[in-house]
Amino acid sequence: MSDTSLPGRLAWSGLKDAGNGNREPLARAVIAGLMVVTLTVMLASLATGPIAVPVLDLLPHMAAYFLGDLDGAPEGISLRDWIVVMDIRLPRVVLGALVGAALAVSGAVMQGLFRNPLADPGIVGVSAGAGLGAALFIVLGNAVLAPVMALLGIYAVPLAAFGGGLITTLLLYRIGTRGGITSVATLLLAGIALGALTGAMTGLLVYVADDHQLRDLQFWGLGSLAGSNWDKVLSAAPIILAMLVCVPFLARGLNALTLGEAAASHLGIRVQRLKNLSIVLVAGATGASVAVSGGIGFVGIVVPHLLRLTMGPDHRFLLPAAALLGASMLIAADTLARTIVAPAEMPIGIITAFAGAPFFLWILLRKRGLTGL
Amino acid sequence: MFHQKMPDAVPLTPDLVVDGVSVSADKVPIVRDLSFKATAGEVLAIIGPSGSGKTTLMRAMTGEMAYRGTISLGGPEVRGLAPEVLACVRGVLPQASQISFPLNVSEVVGLGLIDGQRDRQARKRRIAEALGRVGLSGFEGRTYQDLSGGEQQRVQLARVLCQVWEPLDPVGAPRWLFLDEPVSSLDIKHQYQIMRLARDYAINGGGVVAVLHDLNLTAAFADRVLVMRDGEGLAFGLRDEVMRPELLSVTYDFPLECLAVAGARPVIVPAEDKA
Repeated sequence: MSDTSLPGRLAWSGLKDAGNGNREPLARAVIAGLMVVTLTVMLASLATGPIAVPVLDLLPHMAAYFLGDLDGAPEGISLRDWIVVMDIRLPRVVLGALVGAALAVSGAVMQGLFRNPLADPGIVGVSAGAGLGAALFIVLGNAVLAPVMALLGIYAVPLAAFGGGLITTLLLYRIGTRGGITSVATLLLAGIALGALTGAMTGLLVYVADDHQLRDLQFWGLGSLAGSNWDKVLSAAPIILAMLVCVPFLARGLNALTLGEAAASHLGIRVQRLKNLSIVLVAGATGASVAVSGGIGFVGIVVPHLLRLTMGPDHRFLLPAAALLGASMLIAADTLARTIVAPAEMPIGIITAFAGAPFFLWILLRKRGLTGL
Repeated sequence: MFHQKMPDAVPLTPDLVVDGVSVSADKVPIVRDLSFKATAGEVLAIIGPSGSGKTTLMRAMTGEMAYRGTISLGGPEVRGLAPEVLACVRGVLPQASQISFPLNVSEVVGLGLIDGQRDRQARKRRIAEALGRVGLSGFEGRTYQDLSGGEQQRVQLARVLCQVWEPLDPVGAPRWLFLDEPVSSLDIKHQYQIMRLARDYAINGGGVVAVLHDLNLTAAFADRVLVMRDGEGLAFGLRDEVMRPELLSVTYDFPLECLAVAGARPVIVPAEDKA
């Protein structure tokens, strides 16, 4: 995993706490540092692989290409390098960044909404629900659902995943919340039940799936960015980017919500609207991520928690920082996944689970007096 | 949720009018046909045994619970007011406040600064001032969860004070403080400190409505008292009219007496304790 605190650490002593409790300068420094880290990780990932590519030399040409000043491969650059970067690694890095940001921000928003640091789309079954939605279209897309598939094109699978995630999140919220109070125990247990149920339904689909579809279904178990291409980027990007643009508007409300729903409402927050918007955004971003990369776990737990430890829980800073750290962590994990056992590939979910599951346990053990559990 | 500036001021008169109000929770009536009027510039105490509907009434008045009847906060009906409008008119201190993430004290108090004040120095000053008023100067960097119950309650009060800092709004209409058992977890020094603060808020033109359990604190600080029992208003009036041992004994179903010592305020004590 990328070390995120280096740029921050230099300024640490001066910023940690000036005695007045103002953590804003620290938070800004962390975000600035994370921007540098994200860019560095992206470049490193582009350069890394079976073929080493001089990415820095390619950068000006890539800029020219995306600005429309260049069609096809530039002169003076090996065609092989160009194709490796533009058609294989760049879509994968971009998709990793989108998915990582979406998962981490979804986790942060969900934790704010449920007022608990253990809420995460992967753990409470939202990813499983999204997976079911996507599996429906992958397996039945050429049969019963063919007309819908024809209508929605590459967006069919992400939209189905979004629908699955949305329904699961709404169900969870209805089950877990009584009289405005969300019980975390009920929530986690309901999440397990819903996850098992949707998993069983996905399992049923396996029986009717053909070989090719089976392979597509398989990768949801652990998640993978293998098979990234520009089509996948284009299908996921609109939903995820829309979520990333909307989410800063939730920050003030989520901050007030740390006091509880009643107190947030006393402070002038329209709590119901905040909840609705959060649920739609989380379901959308999770659905889009699951559709293109399967169920990558624990990013949504680890990233927000690390950031809260570093710079405090203020959502105005936590949400953008989570997007950056989530993106760089997932790209780093993916780079590891595709190099560690090269030429084979490891599902990225294995790496995030290895890093994330012990972390989850650690949070559990540290927080014995867990609020509301 | 998105508002950054203060909404246009609502035309206000100095009164909080509660008229024929009933509140039910899950179809069980909690408050029945209650009417009274609180005036800005005064402290109104609501007393009564546990389960008499004090907190429910409070939650109706703050716009948190649906009610039948009329509750008007200086003119407009409370149920019709948007949260962001209400938030500029009244602050609410709830009974207990759990916070879900480790915010520090200045961040908690800063949540009360809802007027979109961007100037960081001004924000900092206001937070420090509010903490000073509740006797927690220098606590800015402390983590909320690490504080004692009483300190947490005072931090919450500082947050509420930030929200309705000026007892009068720019056009001179009063703002309101709703305090639900504001001193329940405080030691006696801080009980008096907080109640003085509430009284100062009223003296400067604001309205204060407080649910209290301590009869002597009520006698010391309330201008008017509403006595509740079984969801109904048993008595409402000026403090000295209401705080009579006979009435209170009936209210609490417990024999109470007034103990008068020369040169001091009469004290309400259990009857059998009289030496």
